[in-house]
Amino acid sequence: MNKTLGLLAEFENPATLMNAAEKFREAGYKTFDCHSPFPIHGMDEAMGLKRSPIGYIVGAMAVTGAALGIGIQYYASVVAYPHIISGKPFFSWQAYVIITFALFILLGAFAAVIGMLKINGLPRFYHPVFYSDNFKKFSDDGFFVSVESDDPAFDIDKTKAFMDSVGGKNIEVLEGE
Amino acid sequence: MNNKLFKPNRSAEESLAPGYTFSTVTEDISRIVESKPPQKWWLLFGVAFSFLLVLLGSVGWLFFEGTGIWGLNNPVGWGWAIVNFVFWVGIGHAGTLISAVLFLFRQQWRTAINRFAEAMTIFAVISALLFPTIHVGRVWLLYWFFPVPNQMAMWPNFRSPLMWDFFAVGTYFTVSLLFWYVGLIPDLATIRDRAKTSFRKITYGILALGWRGGNRQWKHYEQAYLMLAGLATPLVLSVHSVVATDFATSIIPGWHTTIFPPYFVAGAIFSGFGMVMTLTLIARNIYHLENIITIGHLEKMSKVILVTGSMVGYSYIMEFFIAWYSGNQFEVFAFINRAFGPYAWAYWIMFFSNVITPQIFWVKKFRTSIPVLFVASIFVNIGMWFERFVITVISLSRDFLPSSWDYFTPTIWDILVFLGSFGLFFTLFLLFLRFLPMVAMAEIKGILPEANPHHEKYHETH
Repeated sequence: MNKTLGLLAEFENPATLMNAAEKFREAGYKTFDCHSPFPIHGMDEAMGLKRSPIGYIVGAMAVTGAALGIGIQYYASVVAYPHIISGKPFFSWQAYVIITFALFILLGAFAAVIGMLKINGLPRFYHPVFYSDNFKKFSDDGFFVSVESDDPAFDIDKTKAFMDSVGGKNIEVLEGE
Repeated sequence: MNNKLFKPNRSAEESLAPGYTFSTVTEDISRIVESKPPQKWWLLFGVAFSFLLVLLGSVGWLFFEGTGIWGLNNPVGWGWAIVNFVFWVGIGHAGTLISAVLFLFRQQWRTAINRFAEAMTIFAVISALLFPTIHVGRVWLLYWFFPVPNQMAMWPNFRSPLMWDFFAVGTYFTVSLLFWYVGLIPDLATIRDRAKTSFRKITYGILALGWRGGNRQWKHYEQAYLMLAGLATPLVLSVHSVVATDFATSIIPGWHTTIFPPYFVAGAIFSGFGMVMTLTLIARNIYHLENIITIGHLEKMSKVILVTGSMVGYSYIMEFFIAWYSGNQFEVFAFINRAFGPYAWAYWIMFFSNVITPQIFWVKKFRTSIPVLFVASIFVNIGMWFERFVITVISLSRDFLPSSWDYFTPTIWDILVFLGSFGLFFTLFLLFLRFLPMVAMAEIKGILPEANPHHEKYHETH
């Protein structure tokens, strides 16, 4: 049994897509998305999106990495295996700065990538938009707006008419199992 | 303030030959991974792969017989293996510089070359990591580097620069790989969406992670990319500084100087751009990418080579001054020995290639001539290998006591492993050209004038 999963409309260029995004936001759509081959500047404001929280995730994980780095070195050189090497104190922190820094960067970078994938829900090989053959153009030169059926403002006929009124072309009903 | 300066896309014209649209960008770049490779590709791949086999054979023999097959002797315990390690790590730096530092500085011309400069970084660091790995002799004990509890109840010495190096280069490799992959995701989606066979659909489909280019994804994607660039920027400056401390924290004359970290970083960027230039010219020639990688890009790279080459030249001269100024007889001797001792030939090859060669780039005619650029880039590669040879081998071969001096001569196995590492590097690089989009399509599209929603062309539609 095929269900209606959403609607997809194509737009001509970044300008019409951005214009449509503003209209969708004003009409009260909450989870609609604008698909484009590259990020379009100003689209976040047009869609009414808040700033990405990834910076905070990276910051927290990077600091964790640094703490881990200095912690391992402290444990190994002071607690587990205290040896006097070239007459330096067990906790010669100046020499530990580099590994601390390396782990700061390493965990920060993993946080950026894993955090980004997690928030974006990737990898996700199934999605309503993939039921459209026309959608393949998004990674070449196509600009699309998709509205999923779980959006509170979604109503198949009204949304379709609305898409048409803001300049959408090739409007498709996304149907799948 | 002149507002025009801050308009996005202002440099699109100089970043790309005119007349490109979104779909021609996709077509020109995707075509390369979708069609059979040209004859030149097969020819180069054949040569590179043969050298890779040479590498496998000689490393196999090395594992069986031990590092005694190399020309190492008593004062020169760090022979070609360490020279090659520093050489390859240095080359890697240009990729990160282009992808991260130029990104933060909003240098839009980087989009044409950043993808394969990043690929080059990864393959260069793989080639680099090979050398310390095989140089330890008993490779099966490499895990001693890891701070893991073990049956000997021993822990690594974290005060050792060799441990710093292990962490710095390991982090560098991982972060470069993540950065590269994140940049690839939208382009992998393009290849997935164009795929005709189900094998390609599935392979690229998995690699693209189900990317669908929604702005709700782009928002986090761009932020993550910015974060990675911000993290990679201090990293690229730190990695070669740490490599420099491998030398500088020891007391060998000619190594024990504070100029080493900045001098190594400048040299790394210099050698990296030399290699990017070589590879760019090869890839541009095989695939006819003259419209995407324009003379303008090559000219900008040659300017970076000129600047960093001059910094390297300054360091060479400053080293001599400091040696004299220190009043330390061993230090003074080390430098006189470099320029006029038994290895003088190596010193002057280095000096000529790294200091004199890039100076031709003061002339615009040379900056825009393909044959001149190619020959000069080869000289930079050779010169930078000799720089590491001069630093590593000459200083070790004549340290404090004349009774312990010795002359280092490489054996055939030193030479084969080194040549083999080029086989590894070029095999990986050619496979990359064949199977992955070598120019960042999504980024190129983003800097086309049409990508700006406020472009004049669209005004009547508003």
